[in-house]
Amino acid sequence: MTELPLIGEAVAVAAVPRLAGARIGVVTFPGTLDDRDAARAVRLAGGTAVPLWHADTALGDVDAVVIPGGFSYGDYLRAGAIARFAPLMSKIIDAANSDAKLPVLGICNGFQILTESHLLPGSMIKNDHLKFLCRDQVLRVENSNTAWTLDYQAGQEITVPLKNQDGQYLADEKTLDALEAENRVVFRYVGFNPNGSRRDIAGISNAAGNVVGLMPHPEHAVETGFGPESLDGIGGADTDGLGFFTSVLTKIVGGDK
Amino acid sequence: MPRIVVDVMPKPEILDPQGKAIVGALPRLGFTSFSSVRQGKRFELTVDGEVTEEILAQARDAAATLLSNPVIEDVVNVEVVEA
Repeated sequence: MTELPLIGEAVAVAAVPRLAGARIGVVTFPGTLDDRDAARAVRLAGGTAVPLWHADTALGDVDAVVIPGGFSYGDYLRAGAIARFAPLMSKIIDAANSDAKLPVLGICNGFQILTESHLLPGSMIKNDHLKFLCRDQVLRVENSNTAWTLDYQAGQEITVPLKNQDGQYLADEKTLDALEAENRVVFRYVGFNPNGSRRDIAGISNAAGNVVGLMPHPEHAVETGFGPESLDGIGGADTDGLGFFTSVLTKIVGGDK
Repeated sequence: MPRIVVDVMPKPEILDPQGKAIVGALPRLGFTSFSSVRQGKRFELTVDGEVTEEILAQARDAAATLLSNPVIEDVVNVEVVEA
């Protein structure tokens, strides 16, 4: 399946042949929305996207996994609560916790699934203002040492779309203090906290840094002409999300930071 | 057939956005006596046959693992209701 940008230039890193051997699984649950965009982001970054189905009982030959956004199982019970018990999730949980430390990225509903799976601490509840919110959101990259943020600089600000209703991150104070002390707050909202998340937290990682979850959507900001508009309207922030996917490819092929 | 009722509530220290919306709507309908609302969930688990201690233990286990998330919710009641 080959997809090229409809407009704009094909991303330069796609020309690096050694990356194409890196296989990134993209999970689809009933109700997942953003699996195609996530797979496209993997391809634009130069990797090979491998479709995974929630009912699969084996993870197959993948080097990393993206759990994309959407409304798995209709968000019934709690967002991510039923998806967490899908057959494929137990394989992903085992692989993420294994010595091989499979890189796993959860975006939006994927982040909710990772907290329900106890791969990441805390939980998400409804936005404090009770409304679904969709906007271009500025984030600060607080930790550039995770598997998914190697290609960013610590302190770098990026703009990616945010779209959710249950985006208010919370955990008890002790957990929040531990996350801060261990540098596991990977992304923070800048300028505006869109959902009441504690300490402006937009994304976190596990202790090893291979599992990362965030509410905003980097996979929607990977292509010139289709991402957030820059302040000057020329689209300078259009591809701010691409670094997530190039980072994990760099990690997999063992490139230098 | 007997049912096991499981009640789950948001933890007291956690803001309940849905309850907040409801308490805002009540006075508009003239219900002015209620200063706070918290919204929880009630699950009814139907059992074919008698509810044994083992089945009740299973219900408690399900309540703690699937029906509630201990980070944000408490299981406040598990009881048998004879239909």
